[in-house]
Amino acid sequence: MMTTATAMPLPARKPLGQRLLGFNLLTALILAVVGYWIGHLIGGAVHAPSIKYYSTEAGYNDISVFLGYLGGVIGFLTGLGFANYPVRRMLGHPPDLPGHAEVNEPGLWKYLRLSTDHKVVSLQYLAGIGIFFFVGGLNAMLIRTELLSPTTHVFGPNQYLTLVGLHGSMMMGMMTSGILGPFANWVVPTMIGTRRMAFPRLEALTFWLLMSAGVVLITTIFFGGFQTGWTGYEPLSDQGTAGFDAYVGFFALVGMSMTLLGLNLMVTIITMRAPGMTWSRLPIFVWAVFATCVLMVIATPMLIAVLLMGAMDRTVQTAFFEPGNGGSAQLYQNLFWFFGHPEVYILAIPGFGIVLELLPVFTRKPLWGYRTGIAGMLGVALLSFFVWQHHLFVSGINADLRPFYMLSTEMISLPTGFTFLCVMGTLWRGRIRLTVPMLFCMGWAFNFLFGGISGVFLSDVPSDVTTHGSFFSMAHFHYTIMGGLVFTFFAAIYYWGPKMTGLKFSERLGKWHFWLLFIAFNSTFGPLFALGFMGMPRRVVTYPLNLQGLNVWVSISAYFIAISMLIFLWNVVQSLVFKREPAEANPWQSKSAEWQLPTPVPAYDFIEWPDIGPDPYPYGEPVEDYSGAPAPVGGAA
Amino acid sequence: MQDNTPHFRRLALLWVVSSIVLTAIVVFVLAPGMPPGNGTVQASGQVVDNTVLLGLSTPVALGVLLCLGYCLIVFRERPGDDPHLEGPAIRGNSSIQMWWLVVTTTLVLFLAAFGSIELLKDGAGGGQGPNPLSVVGNPKSTLQVQVIAQQWQFTYRYPQYGGFETNKLEIPANTTVEFHVTSLDVIHSFWAYQLGVKADANPGQDNIAYVQTKAPMNFAVHCAELCGVWHGYMFDSGKVVPKTEFASWVTQQRKYFSPETHLLTPYRHTYFPAPQRRGG
Repeated sequence: MMTTATAMPLPARKPLGQRLLGFNLLTALILAVVGYWIGHLIGGAVHAPSIKYYSTEAGYNDISVFLGYLGGVIGFLTGLGFANYPVRRMLGHPPDLPGHAEVNEPGLWKYLRLSTDHKVVSLQYLAGIGIFFFVGGLNAMLIRTELLSPTTHVFGPNQYLTLVGLHGSMMMGMMTSGILGPFANWVVPTMIGTRRMAFPRLEALTFWLLMSAGVVLITTIFFGGFQTGWTGYEPLSDQGTAGFDAYVGFFALVGMSMTLLGLNLMVTIITMRAPGMTWSRLPIFVWAVFATCVLMVIATPMLIAVLLMGAMDRTVQTAFFEPGNGGSAQLYQNLFWFFGHPEVYILAIPGFGIVLELLPVFTRKPLWGYRTGIAGMLGVALLSFFVWQHHLFVSGINADLRPFYMLSTEMISLPTGFTFLCVMGTLWRGRIRLTVPMLFCMGWAFNFLFGGISGVFLSDVPSDVTTHGSFFSMAHFHYTIMGGLVFTFFAAIYYWGPKMTGLKFSERLGKWHFWLLFIAFNSTFGPLFALGFMGMPRRVVTYPLNLQGLNVWVSISAYFIAISMLIFLWNVVQSLVFKREPAEANPWQSKSAEWQLPTPVPAYDFIEWPDIGPDPYPYGEPVEDYSGAPAPVGGAA
Repeated sequence: MQDNTPHFRRLALLWVVSSIVLTAIVVFVLAPGMPPGNGTVQASGQVVDNTVLLGLSTPVALGVLLCLGYCLIVFRERPGDDPHLEGPAIRGNSSIQMWWLVVTTTLVLFLAAFGSIELLKDGAGGGQGPNPLSVVGNPKSTLQVQVIAQQWQFTYRYPQYGGFETNKLEIPANTTVEFHVTSLDVIHSFWAYQLGVKADANPGQDNIAYVQTKAPMNFAVHCAELCGVWHGYMFDSGKVVPKTEFASWVTQQRKYFSPETHLLTPYRHTYFPAPQRRGG
C-alpha cells in the first residue's frame, strides 16, 4: 500500500471581510462589469458613425458589444488572479501561488477562487458544467412545452428560436468538456502517475474561460436573443442583432477553453507518465482522453477562426460570408462543420473511454481487446476529419463528392463497432455487478447502438434526402450525445464521485435515477425518429395537426427526464449536504491507481504512487482453456 | 468453477432464429410503409434504400442487443454469490476480432456501393448543385421549375412558359421535373416530402434536383433549414396533376400573370439581392 501524505498544518483562516478583499470570484465579477463598460465605451468611441451595424439597440454597435465582452472577460480573469503570476515575475518578485495547504482548507471557499490543484479544478468543473447542464435542460423543457401544441401558445417564434439556440449552444459548448473537464483532469494525472497537470494554471484558465463563456451566452437574452440555432449559419446570422454577438463571443471562448484543455491533457499524457508507464500500459480511459485531445487541438482552432471571420464581418466590414457582397455562405458551412463533425466525436469518444474503463471493474475481468479498443477510438478520431460534408448532402456543394462522403461516413461505424465488440467481449462470462455506474454503461450501449444505426440512415444519401434536417436527425444526435455522452457522464459521476467528494451517494436513488432516465429518454427520443420520418422539420414552432399526438407523448416523456434529473439532484444534495456519509476508499474493488489512494484524497495526492503493476486491468482468474493467449504484459489484444 | 454450458452456441442459435423472424417482419411489414411513400420514382428509390438499411441493420442491432441481454441475464452476479469470485482473464480472441472486422467492413462497403448506385441512378431527389452528375430523363421533355426561396415563402417560376412567377406549385404527372432551387436572402431548404425532394436554397447558387412524377397527388412543402423567426410557418403545398390539366393550368396562370411577368427580373439561375447593411 501507499504511504499517505503527512497532514500539513493549516494556516489560520483569515476573517471573511479580509478574504473577500483578495483575488476571488467576487472581485472577478466586479472587475468583469468594470471591464465590460470600459470595452463598451472604447467601442462607442472608435466605431464609424456612418456604418450601420447589425445590432439595432440604441447606444450599441457590434464593436462596442465585442469589446465589452473582451473587457469583461479580461476583467473577470484578472479579478480571479490570473495576471498575478506574470505581473509579479515581470516586476522581479517571487511567484505567489496558493500553496497546497490551502487545498486542504475545509469549506467551499477554495472553489470560488483560482486554484491550480487538479482535484479542486475538477470539482469546479463538475459544479460549473452541472449548472449549465441544468439550465440547458430547462431550455429543453420549455421547448417541449411549446411543442405541446401545433401552433404557438407559450412562446412567440422569436423566444422559441432563442430557446432552441440556447439549448443547443449550451449543451454543445458547455458539455463538450463534460467528461474531460471534471473527470480527465481528476483521474488522468493519478492514472499516469503524476500529481498535477503539465500546466496547472492553464488548467484553471480552461475552467474559468468556460464559465465566462457560459455567462456571455446567457447575456444574449438582454440583446434580444439569436434566431440561428447552435449552428449560426450565415447569412441568416447577419440578420442577428447584438444577441448573435453573444453567440460568437460564447463559442470563441468555448473554443479557446477546449483547445487549451486538449493541449494541456495531451502534453500531460505525453510527457508526465511515471517511469514504466509505457503507452501500452495506459488505462483505456487515458487513451480515450488522448484521442479526444488530438481532435480538440486540431479541430477547435477552426471554430475560433470561423467565428473570428464572422466577428470581422460584423465589426470591421469584411464580407467573408456575405453572398450579397461577394462572400460565400457555403464557406461558413464548410468551415463550421469541419470543426463541427470532429466536435461530436469530441463528445462521444470520452464516453467510449468511460464505458471501457468501467466494464472490467464491474465484470471482474480484464478488458477484452485492449488494442482493438484503442484502435477504435483513434480510428474514429482520424476518420472524423473526413466526413464533415455529410452535413451538406443536399446543399448542392460538391455534390459529386457525395459517394466519397457516404463511404467515409459509413466507415466510421467500423471503429465504433470495435468499441461495441470490446464491450461484448468484456461482458462475456464476466461476473457482472449491476451497480449504478454499470447500469449507466449498459444504458450507453443500448442508446448508442440506436444512435449509430440511425446514423447509417443519415449517411446514405437517398435515405438522407428525407431525413436530413428533420426530427430524425435530431433524434439521431440526441441518441448519440445524450444517450452516449450524458449517460457516461452520469456513470462517471456515480463511479468517481465518491472518490472526488469523499462522500457516498445513495445507491437506491441512483437506481431510480437510471431507470427513470433510461425509460423516459427512450420514450422521448424514440418517437422523434418516427416524427422525422413523417416529415417534421427541425426547429419549427408549428407542425401539422396530425403530428400532435406523438409530440404530446414526447413532451410528457421529456418531463419525466426532468423528474429523473431532480432525483439525481436530490441524491447529490442529500449526499453533500444532509447525510455526508464518508465513502469507502475503494467501494468498487477497482484495481486502478486512483482507487488505491485513501478517501478523502490528501492534498498532495500521494507520496509514493501506488504499485499497480504492468497490467492496467489485473482482474480475473487465469485461464488455459480459452483460445486467448495467456495475459501478456500490458494486456495485448 | 468451470462453466461448460455452450453459451456461445446458444446465443448464436437465438440470434439466427430471431433475426430471421424479425428481419422478415421488418422487411415485409414495416418497410413498405417507410417514408416518403411511392409517389414518385425518386421517393420509391428512397423507400428501397430505407428497406435495405432496415433489413441489414435489424440483425446487427439484434445481435448486439441479444449479446448484451444474454450476458446481463446469464453472467450476472447474484445475491449470495462469493464476492471474491472473478471472471476468467480472457483478453481477446484474434479470430473473433478478425471476423468482426471482415463482416462489418463487408457490410459497410456494400452499403456505400449500394447507396452510391442508388444515388447516381436518378439523383435520389437530392440537391445536386449547379452541374448535376445524375441527369434524369430526356432534356427535351423535362419540365423546368425554379424554386425561389425567401423569408418566408417559396415562389415558383416556369421558364419554359414565359418565365411567369406564381406562389402555387403544380407539376404534371408522369414527367421528369428539374427543380432549380435558389434563394434571395438566407439559406433555406426546399423539402417536398411526398416527392422525395430536398434541396438547399443557397443565395447566389443554383441547386438542381430531379424528380420523376407518377400518378397525380398532393404533396407538402416545408422549409427544412432554419431561416429566421418565421421558419416554422414557411410551408405550403403542391399538386401533381394530369398532363392535360397541367397544360390548361399553366396557360391560365401565364395569362393571369402576363401583366406582371415582364416587370420581373429576366429569368436567371440566381438572383443576387442588393448588398444590404453596408457602410457609406
